[in-house]
Amino acid sequence: MMRVVRGFYSVAYSVKLCKPNVICAYPITPQTEIVERLAEMYANGELENCEYVTAESEFGAASILVGASAAGARTFTATCSQGLILMSEVLWNAAGMRLPIVLVNTNRSLSAPLSIWNDHQDSMAMRDAGIIQVYVENNQEVHDMIPQAFKIAEDRRVMLPFMVCMDGYKLTHAYEPVDLLSQELVDSFLPPYDPPIKLTTKNPLTFGSYATPDYYMEFRVAMHNAMERARRVMEEVFREWAEVSGRDWGGHITNSQEAETYVIAMGSLVGLVRDVVEELRKDGKSVGLIKLRTFRPFPAKELRKALKDANKVIIFERSLSLGSEPPVTLDVKSAIQKMDVDVYSLVVGLGGRDVPREVVKRNIEDVLDGKTEPGLHFEAKQFEEVIV
Amino acid sequence: MIRITLGAVSKPLESLKIKTGDWGAEYPVIDEEKCIGCGECEIFCPDLCIELVERPESKKEESKKAKKVAKINYNYCKGCGICEVVCPAEAIKMELKEIYKGELK
Repeated sequence: MMRVVRGFYSVAYSVKLCKPNVICAYPITPQTEIVERLAEMYANGELENCEYVTAESEFGAASILVGASAAGARTFTATCSQGLILMSEVLWNAAGMRLPIVLVNTNRSLSAPLSIWNDHQDSMAMRDAGIIQVYVENNQEVHDMIPQAFKIAEDRRVMLPFMVCMDGYKLTHAYEPVDLLSQELVDSFLPPYDPPIKLTTKNPLTFGSYATPDYYMEFRVAMHNAMERARRVMEEVFREWAEVSGRDWGGHITNSQEAETYVIAMGSLVGLVRDVVEELRKDGKSVGLIKLRTFRPFPAKELRKALKDANKVIIFERSLSLGSEPPVTLDVKSAIQKMDVDVYSLVVGLGGRDVPREVVKRNIEDVLDGKTEPGLHFEAKQFEEVIV
Repeated sequence: MIRITLGAVSKPLESLKIKTGDWGAEYPVIDEEKCIGCGECEIFCPDLCIELVERPESKKEESKKAKKVAKINYNYCKGCGICEVVCPAEAIKMELKEIYKGELK
């Protein structure tokens, strides 16, 4: 059913179809309307066998979901930015307890300075938590990703939290035509959650127990192994989704063009970059797009394959790792080490700074024309730092 | 080959296998003559390893003290010393474990 909806509704409606048992959240811009829509559905009796819990903070919201998920519930929350990093202690625990909580992160920058606008610094700060991260391009992709997220996270080979990252405002607030899924399709694709172990009052258990130095390391290695297994599980689920829904979003990365220079982009920026790349190709430039969908587990093998005949790669970064290179650049460089490819890391659009077509085009052209040196570059204004 | 559980899930009482008694450098010693069996130490012990037990019949006669006496489970005592601080009868003293005694060379 094709409807013109906002990103919020696209997420909420998809979550509803996945029949969650516990939804718990705390409002934060630009996420709030996702859980508002879910609260509305709950109040209207559209969410059967579901508890909607309002928490006192994001820390509380994530904690409630840890309990609910341990008790065998399918759980959902949405958050971003300060809310996500307030959840971080709990989410590291959720990953270690192997609880398949699904959350939507409406990407927003981190304080200070205070900014409510979009970039990828919040989810990147959760990089090492043991949470699967997928970045979506538009509101149809996020709509389609939610049932896949539950299926992947709850797979016995995986059992890890799953974070669907969508750009705040650029997607959440945007009206887009979305083919809303049917209950029948989601039901046939996503079975009810069957927890391998379940906390009940009759069967008390400790999740995430204390591990002495004799054991701790093996638990963490087991999580790493689960992340590695998730690669295959995700590919399976992506393929199955393409079959049942008729929409093929590709694998961990998508790239279809032969080129000497590739441009890597994530999230909502992908659409614009694709458009610019098409235009440059029409002008005879050897440039192609790589859409990075999965960030954790990082698709190193796929990138090596995609870049095997390339000589330059441009990465549009929406995040920083202060004192080092940005997160995606680090992973790309690690993936293609010993390959003869120059890496151009272009940091754009932090704190909601618009990334217009001209900026994307100029940056790509400057690399193609050899005007930009390989390395890290900021699309920022000249500035001087003064005391008040 | 070791076995670990998914999500580090454990069943009740499994933590008893983890003996934390060797963590501390000091350990509490109870002077049973001075102990008045009030149970303050039992309440304050953060590791629940102090328990009030019946004083043996023979000793009850001798000391003419309280019927109960504090007993420490050294398997789980981490040597925090709270019991020494809260004991109103000054019946608990922290002592350095033998292995930590010796001269610095």
